Amino acid sequence: MSDILVSEQSAPGADGSGRPSGRLLEVEDLRVEFRTRDGVAKVINGVTYHVEAGETLAVLGESGSGKSVTAQTIMGILDTPPGFVTNGQVRFHGKDMLKMSAEERRRIRGEGIAMIFQDSLSALNPVFTVGFQIAEQFRIRRGMSRADAKKRAVEMLDQVKIPNAKGRYSNYPHQFSGGMRQRAMIAMSLALDPEVLIADEPTTALDVTVQAQIMDLLGELQRERQMGMILITHDLGVVADVADRIAVMYAGRIVEEADVFELYRKPAHPYTLGLLNSIPRMDERGQELRTIKGLPPNLMNIPPGCPFNPRCPMAQPVCREKVPPLLQVGAGRASACHFAEELVNRD
Amino acid sequence: MGRYLLRRLLQLVPVFIGTTFLIYWLVWSVPGDPFAGKCGERRCPQQYVDFMTDKYQLDQSIFVQYATYMKNLFQGDFGQTFGGRSINDIIMTSYPNTLKLAVVALLIEAVIGLGAGVLTGLRRNGFLDNLVLVSTLFLLALPIFVIAFVLQWLLGVKWGIVTPTVSSEMRITELLVPGFVLGSASMAYIARVARTSIAENRRADYVRTAIAKGLPMRRVVGVHLLRNSLIPVVTLLGTDLGALMGGAIVTEGIFGINGIGRQVYRAIVTKESATVVSIVVVLVLVYLLMNLLVDLLYAALDPRIRYE
Repeated sequence: MSDILVSEQSAPGADGSGRPSGRLLEVEDLRVEFRTRDGVAKVINGVTYHVEAGETLAVLGESGSGKSVTAQTIMGILDTPPGFVTNGQVRFHGKDMLKMSAEERRRIRGEGIAMIFQDSLSALNPVFTVGFQIAEQFRIRRGMSRADAKKRAVEMLDQVKIPNAKGRYSNYPHQFSGGMRQRAMIAMSLALDPEVLIADEPTTALDVTVQAQIMDLLGELQRERQMGMILITHDLGVVADVADRIAVMYAGRIVEEADVFELYRKPAHPYTLGLLNSIPRMDERGQELRTIKGLPPNLMNIPPGCPFNPRCPMAQPVCREKVPPLLQVGAGRASACHFAEELVNRD
Repeated sequence: MGRYLLRRLLQLVPVFIGTTFLIYWLVWSVPGDPFAGKCGERRCPQQYVDFMTDKYQLDQSIFVQYATYMKNLFQGDFGQTFGGRSINDIIMTSYPNTLKLAVVALLIEAVIGLGAGVLTGLRRNGFLDNLVLVSTLFLLALPIFVIAFVLQWLLGVKWGIVTPTVSSEMRITELLVPGFVLGSASMAYIARVARTSIAENRRADYVRTAIAKGLPMRRVVGVHLLRNSLIPVVTLLGTDLGALMGGAIVTEGIFGINGIGRQVYRAIVTKESATVVSIVVVLVLVYLLMNLLVDLLYAALDPRIRYE
């Protein structure tokens, strides 16, 4: 029952005319499970989100919340087995990609939807030059000659502000610094001018100053190209400047979705509140850091009711019985909490 | 690169001198009279013994002997057998046969081993996978002479598909079975190493990136996956190259191939010390050069390995 509610009402910002249409990329009621020897882990339990051209959606959640698996399902790079999609749709320009042939999906990769991975050292092939790995796309996908492809690849390296792009073309990934490597990764993902870019924790492996540079670069390129961007992160600090909307994930569900400003101002889910409170603040120096007590649930045995209830400071008996559906709470925002109204309406 | 090569070549010098001296010393120190039994039923005349002692400088110290030997070697003279035949001749006639057999064996083990490894690595636990696992286990467990005799008897004698032994013309078709026998153990190793390597790398992040780039599957596997998985296989093939070129005493013997392995065996049995030394010296040289080649190839395959 609640599933239906989720899929119907979980599109904040929709014009209310029923089925959303003409959206660039939308995920609807996606369910993914990992079948392992120890049992079935329900990794994604009805995720619905969408992204439009020129918009950045940040997907926030701790490790194991299912944010990367959702992205992998969109890209069609989910490891099967153990991962299986059991329900839902992933629509690109309104067409369900999960029903497409392998060849159709392949054509969307890179050109329609591209992806940046977290660890650029392992995500780039160690035995080919960075330039080769970019130029390869122009050669294979666009049928360009070697010389033309190389020229375009150097241009791409230049666009992501790699100094001496021409000289760097023939370097191997291990000869790049972490930040430069992530820039190269960005250049590679943007080579075929994708409409949607999924950035899976693009700055996690980098140090803080470089993180900011990479985020700025990503934001800039996204605006220039009017791409839709899905930014996956567990770092609240990273999303504030770049994202338009935020979807917070917990135990394979979206628990809150809101405009970035609204979410920071007044979170409508206790989990989001807990996350915001756990950011260290200058005016609380010397005090103990605030954390969310407890651990994320075991995905093979998600507690009944609201999956967050064992850790929730606001938990009531109803939370242990009923799964709260993701419902609209105010304009353009939704929350999956039985007490969302109270959270939003407090002073 | 150039400096690395030069350094490696210079490193070969002490290794070459060390190993060849050791060989020279060991072979000539074998107890017993090297000229016993060289003159038929009777004792050799003193004249002959004196002549040979002088010819091979047996009254000199081992160092002087070795120095003279080396001096001749660098002039391209491998010396003479006790019977007076040029050892250069022996090497020149038998070594090409060994090379031919080695190349055939190497090709067979590379093509079959690698092919089986890649196919099973991509699709594990299937019928082919189990077939390869069991058959490689057989090849690894059976001694080479058993494989050789069984194939020779089955294919050559019973079914008559091939000639049981190799003629002096050394036709490629005749070499297929001996080549398979010679390469069988390594082929099994290569299949298994390639299988593991492919299976390991198949889930690697860079393979996922290649898929995410929208490359066709055959390019993902044939270029991105294969190139990385080949690194351990090439190392194996490389070390094998040296071993194969060192001749195959058993295989050459069974299939009647006049190769270097057979020559060195014959020389050892007949106590032809000079011949043994010379052939082994050639093999050492080949082995060292092959190792150098493999190191260079290895670095070419994996750019993370740098020539400083």
